[in-house]
Amino acid sequence: MTKAFQKIYTKITNITKATCSLKATGVGNDELATVNGKLAQVVRIMGDDVTLQVFGGTEGIPTDAEVIFLGKAPSLKVSEQLAGRFFNALGEPIDGGPEIEGEEVEIGGPSVNPVRRKQPSELIATGIAGIDLNNTLVSGQKIPFFADPDQPYNQVMANVALRAEADKIILGGMGLTNDDYLYFKNVFNNAGVLDRIVSFVNTTENPPVERLLIPDMALTAAEYFAVEKNQKVLVLLTDMTSYADALAIVSNRMDQIPSKDSMPGSLYSDLAKIYEKAVQFPAGGSITIIAVTTLSGGDITHAIPDNTGYITEGQLFLRRDSDVGKVIVDPFRSLSRLKQLVAGKKTREDHAQVMNAAVRLYADAANAKTKLENGFDLTNYDERALDFAKDYSEQLLAIDVNIDTTQMLDVAWSLFGTHFKPEEVNIKQELVEKYWRS
Amino acid sequence: MTTKGKVKGIISNLVTVGVDGPVAQNEICYISLGNVRLMAEVLKVNGDDVFVQVFESTRGLKVGNEVEFTGHMLEVTLGPGMLSRNYDGLQNDLDKLTGVFLKRGEYNFPLDNEKLWDFKPLAQVGDKVEAASWLGEVDENSQPHKIMVPFVMEGVYTVKSVAAAGQYTINDTIAVITDADGNDHNINMIQKWPVKKAINVHTEKPRPFRLLETGVRTIDTANPIVEGGTGFIPGPFGTGKTVLQHAISKQADANIVIMAACGERANEVVEIFVEFPELEDPHTGRKLMERTIIIANTSNMPVASREASVYTAMTIAEYYRAMGLKVLLMADSTSRWAQALREMSNRMEELPGQDAFPMDLSAIIGAFYSRAGYVYLKNGATGSITFIGTVSPAGGNLKEPVTEGTKKVARCFYALEQNRADRKRYPAVNPIDSYSKYIEYPEFEEYIKTKIEGDWIGMVNQMKTILLRGKEVQEQINILGDDGVPVDYHVTFWKSEVIDFVILQQDAFDKIDAVCPLERQEFMLKLVMDICNSDYEFETFLEVMDYFKRIINICKQMNYCEFHSEKFEEHLGKLKELLAEREA
Repeated sequence: MTKAFQKIYTKITNITKATCSLKATGVGNDELATVNGKLAQVVRIMGDDVTLQVFGGTEGIPTDAEVIFLGKAPSLKVSEQLAGRFFNALGEPIDGGPEIEGEEVEIGGPSVNPVRRKQPSELIATGIAGIDLNNTLVSGQKIPFFADPDQPYNQVMANVALRAEADKIILGGMGLTNDDYLYFKNVFNNAGVLDRIVSFVNTTENPPVERLLIPDMALTAAEYFAVEKNQKVLVLLTDMTSYADALAIVSNRMDQIPSKDSMPGSLYSDLAKIYEKAVQFPAGGSITIIAVTTLSGGDITHAIPDNTGYITEGQLFLRRDSDVGKVIVDPFRSLSRLKQLVAGKKTREDHAQVMNAAVRLYADAANAKTKLENGFDLTNYDERALDFAKDYSEQLLAIDVNIDTTQMLDVAWSLFGTHFKPEEVNIKQELVEKYWRS
Repeated sequence: MTTKGKVKGIISNLVTVGVDGPVAQNEICYISLGNVRLMAEVLKVNGDDVFVQVFESTRGLKVGNEVEFTGHMLEVTLGPGMLSRNYDGLQNDLDKLTGVFLKRGEYNFPLDNEKLWDFKPLAQVGDKVEAASWLGEVDENSQPHKIMVPFVMEGVYTVKSVAAAGQYTINDTIAVITDADGNDHNINMIQKWPVKKAINVHTEKPRPFRLLETGVRTIDTANPIVEGGTGFIPGPFGTGKTVLQHAISKQADANIVIMAACGERANEVVEIFVEFPELEDPHTGRKLMERTIIIANTSNMPVASREASVYTAMTIAEYYRAMGLKVLLMADSTSRWAQALREMSNRMEELPGQDAFPMDLSAIIGAFYSRAGYVYLKNGATGSITFIGTVSPAGGNLKEPVTEGTKKVARCFYALEQNRADRKRYPAVNPIDSYSKYIEYPEFEEYIKTKIEGDWIGMVNQMKTILLRGKEVQEQINILGDDGVPVDYHVTFWKSEVIDFVILQQDAFDKIDAVCPLERQEFMLKLVMDICNSDYEFETFLEVMDYFKRIINICKQMNYCEFHSEKFEEHLGKLKELLAEREA
């Protein structure tokens, strides 16, 4: 890799766990370098003092290590050859296949001009009613699963990816356990869709700081397919909490003042830069991002899920419903902000009202349940609400449901009819007249 | 002789520059990087070292890159042709930029140099004029856009000549004015103003008192905002801040609406781009876009220009206010702006205040909100800037610096509540915690009497009392059980539910319910309060629930019908029958 005219530095003045500094000149901000062969990036320049963030960690780096500046920002070679391949965080193949040939593109490129964006309007059907009915996904959307580490988010995400009918699925795995990595690999392989998948994977066995490159690598590949090939690209990012933790490590090593929950003050902007890559391009291509943010004990006020929630277009919560013994998509805390762009437009007219009525009735059931737990008598309405909630949970909210939206609406109306009177559901009269089934 | 410098250090977008001459705090400079020039603003000076924040990505920037200072602060260019435009935080016209992606260092002129405007003179030769005096007007999307003596001109001038009515471009001289020393000044339709300085061209700033109708019941009826008032909407994510803000901007009775999308989602701005050119202003019937200016600095656009974007928006608002117009300014969200301040303060290694925000955060917020207001101009006309900001409190906790700093200065508080949002009770404004200070102003009470007959304020206060009482009763029912409280308690609770469902809740996605004119709000509140003021007799609490649910259902159907339409009256008839059935 060394070229004749490159200057080699061999005197490192300062080493921390994630960074090292040296005296060097003519260095550009964000430029890549190698430190004894390990990849590093310029994060701070002060006169001739240059600080490098070493992606692989600084273990074993001596003060006389060889530092070579590469004169470019982190980049990825893009072409059709990416399809079906597995890469590490640095964009190097890890599947034993050949190097990719193609145009070299800097990762973390510019943002789309907001006036050039198209409004997302294509429904992404997943068959899961907890998503399609209550929290409909739209192409060009960005939405994370908020889940505790023990919940089956990777499975649900893999299901969504396979049913979503995307032209390309790009997996960005950060701090993925080896088992989960193999799980994704197997699922995609068994579904026979490996040629539509591109994976960038950093497992728990790899250095944590390397993770910081994964989202930009995945999204650079996504932009290639969405912009150059006008394809519908679905990007899966799991788990963004590991990404944010890596950010915190680096900012800590650079002596930055931490803000809430020891996270860097720039967390919002750092996450927004990634998620805002989700877009519907005017020429037809799109990038949809489905991410995972693992929570600690369901706490969404922590800085990572909190900032994420303000950036993404909704969030999906998984919860184990002990009444039916299944994992459901929680209708209270889940939200898809773009659902009104398709609900009732790409789906049946009664979609929005049915969805809201069902959730309202489910809330009544939650109240009744509180009453029950506090030892109070239930009214007849309370009991009916509880019965409804159970059916609703089992037949619609559970993640193992796989039906189309019209069927979901029909199921909802039949549940209304079974458990309630028309005036109890608060739905527009015309719709009640048309769809009510008793 | 402009000051020049060279880059000495780079940490993210904070760049240290060594300079060879004088520089001013907040002065703008350009850093050359290859063939692009990156705009930056001076934040701190320490000897010959000047710290600047760059409004762009600094990737590839090197020590030794040339820097050129401009001698002025960040300015906006003011003139006719700003309405309907989409600007970024630095007032670049986004539609003029080429390509799908934003390019570094691409700046452009925010107005149209070619367009001809229909000019009508207002001033006459010999008139004494000063900064902001109206010299003439042009028609900008049906708004009388005044051409004023530039705000930067100090002292009194005499009008030497004014152009005759006719068509002119913004660069044509439309008047010549002479200063006290006899020097002539040519005036065209363009002027510049530094965004961080307030435009003060009014004689008086009285307490605002005129209702600004928004068509949102939970605002107009319960906690009204006024022309020139200030308000803020804090709420955790997912509680409907943006939907509420969009509803206000669509429906408010204002001449000009300026939306500053500050560090928020790009798709939300796209929604405005798509909808506003189609939707009609309910007050004039013209397209909404014609009265709107969008300042879009979304979350993925450079952080430093986020801060600039709210000032850019406010300065444009002040410009239109000086023409005697009613301006509504919305900023979503001021927390992102505060975070941008935090990022820079952090990089400059300033000692942090609470949650690592800069120490003077609350003073900065206060100074910004105080630029809004209702004013009397020097010629006796009035103008106003109503400012509503959203706040995105970290973790939904309202005891954080941005919310607290804003609460001190904003007079209306619309608290969005997670619990209401979870139950789909939209808009999720908590009716008990929220407030409008204006409703206590005697000036406001007097004004509203000219619009609504009877003791409106008294009725609104009574409504709030019932809501509070309903909440207390609900808590007791939760503790003691349905049977553990008298049947009366259930009646009280359900009365508060009627208010909640019929008045407070509103379907922003239903064509009819989305906009509720004042006349209709008056009708519905009077109807609901009649229901609440009646006595009812019930045997059991089950009857209470059943009965009031029917009332709510009918009233909701009314909300979905055209006001006083056949269907509406039909439902009203049914409601009256139902009420007659029970009245004791």
